[in-house]
Amino acid sequence: MGEHPCSLNGVVESAVRLRAAVTLLGRFPALAGVDLDISPGEIVLLKGPNGAGKTTLLRLCAGLCSLASGQGWVLGHDLGEERRMVRRRVALLGHRTGLYDDLTVAENVDFWAQAAGASRQDVEEAMERLSLTGRLADTRVGRLSAGQRRRASIASLVVRRPELWLLDEPHAGLDQQTRDTVDSLVRGAAAAGATVVLATHELERIAVLEPRVVSVVGGVVRSGDEPVDPQSPNTPSDAEDDRRVS
Amino acid sequence: MTAVFRDAWLIAGKDLRIELRSRVGLNQIVPFAVTVLVLFAFALDTDQDALRTYAPGLFWLTVLLASLLAIGRSFAVDLADGAADRLLLSGIDPIAVFGGKAAAIAIQLVVLEVLLGAGVVLLFDVTVHRYGLLVCAGLAAAAGVATAGTLYGALVAGLGVRETLLPVLLLPVVAPVLIGATRAFQDAFGVAGAEGWAWLGLLAGFAAIYGVFGALSYGALLEEA
Repeated sequence: MGEHPCSLNGVVESAVRLRAAVTLLGRFPALAGVDLDISPGEIVLLKGPNGAGKTTLLRLCAGLCSLASGQGWVLGHDLGEERRMVRRRVALLGHRTGLYDDLTVAENVDFWAQAAGASRQDVEEAMERLSLTGRLADTRVGRLSAGQRRRASIASLVVRRPELWLLDEPHAGLDQQTRDTVDSLVRGAAAAGATVVLATHELERIAVLEPRVVSVVGGVVRSGDEPVDPQSPNTPSDAEDDRRVS
Repeated sequence: MTAVFRDAWLIAGKDLRIELRSRVGLNQIVPFAVTVLVLFAFALDTDQDALRTYAPGLFWLTVLLASLLAIGRSFAVDLADGAADRLLLSGIDPIAVFGGKAAAIAIQLVVLEVLLGAGVVLLFDVTVHRYGLLVCAGLAAAAGVATAGTLYGALVAGLGVRETLLPVLLLPVVAPVLIGATRAFQDAFGVAGAEGWAWLGLLAGFAAIYGVFGALSYGALLEEA
């Protein structure tokens, strides 16, 4: 029996390993042959124009998209046959909160905590860490501001203690306080040894974390080791992606 | 297996709590069902004999129409802000998700049946002769509609036309429930010489088949939704 493609001597070497990964949205190849390696504990910034495939790449790593061709492993699990195992160990913070408007913040966090098998203490710690205590905890999510909803969403992910964080535009539409909370989350996750992959336009904020930059353009990874340049716009090649779509 | 039941209860509790909070069932689904029932009464004029004879069929037709709203709503709350994806990522066994959602829908349907049953007795002047058969048929039919509805609800959940497609797909499928439950209720109301307990067997079989089939296929359906 051969060595696992993501491990050496039984130790998982790659948090994410993709080889010629193709993912289709309908007939459109949102990812058109991605090769990518991310080591455990690494912070990786996905950079690229709108429509480049960053969100699809994050969803593929979360086990929410299927591979049309190519191969992929996340946390040692095959993305073709073990997606359920992948999903248990990752957290995806996307554009939507994943919360129920008619439940309170505490009920939402508690529900997702129970679903993940987390303890009551985990819930209380997460709520406190995200400043979701007092009356806010008993407020229905549908009555919260966008920033408060995002904080509640993050709390419901924190309780899962994921090994791989996938953050899609985590700062979008948030106030200063919540942006700071997101930064704190990334720092805390990295300090705890988790791997963090994020797509954001807030390059200045992320630069201090010294992430490895991966450029995604036209559904493929163009480069692997760029410094973060906060002055450089994150969307230099929209025209190129527009041409790809058309 | 214990984990599956625990997670199913977690899902059912969540869905029922949302329905209690939102009051969509109380403020929209129940009034809709009562309105349909009253309209049937108007359509049949004031012929009490006709109303009594057709009460079982009208009752179950009304329940089926109202169940479409409850089933659609069960999936709409998951799709509204990305909770459906979060459910997939939660690692909860799809069998538990299916069981929990079906149980929540079945409980809502039983409550609806009780309210509508009272309406039928008042509006259509029906007398119940066999309470045991009535209760068993009501529970079995609710389970059948809920399991089939959960299965087809998941099938159309990812489609933009789910609101209109669900009735087209589901109503023909639950036709055996309409027939079986109507016959059983005819026997329970004493308005026809139907073999009520035999029809109850059909209802239980339908619920069992869709329960097993739904539990086995739900994982694949969630992947496609």
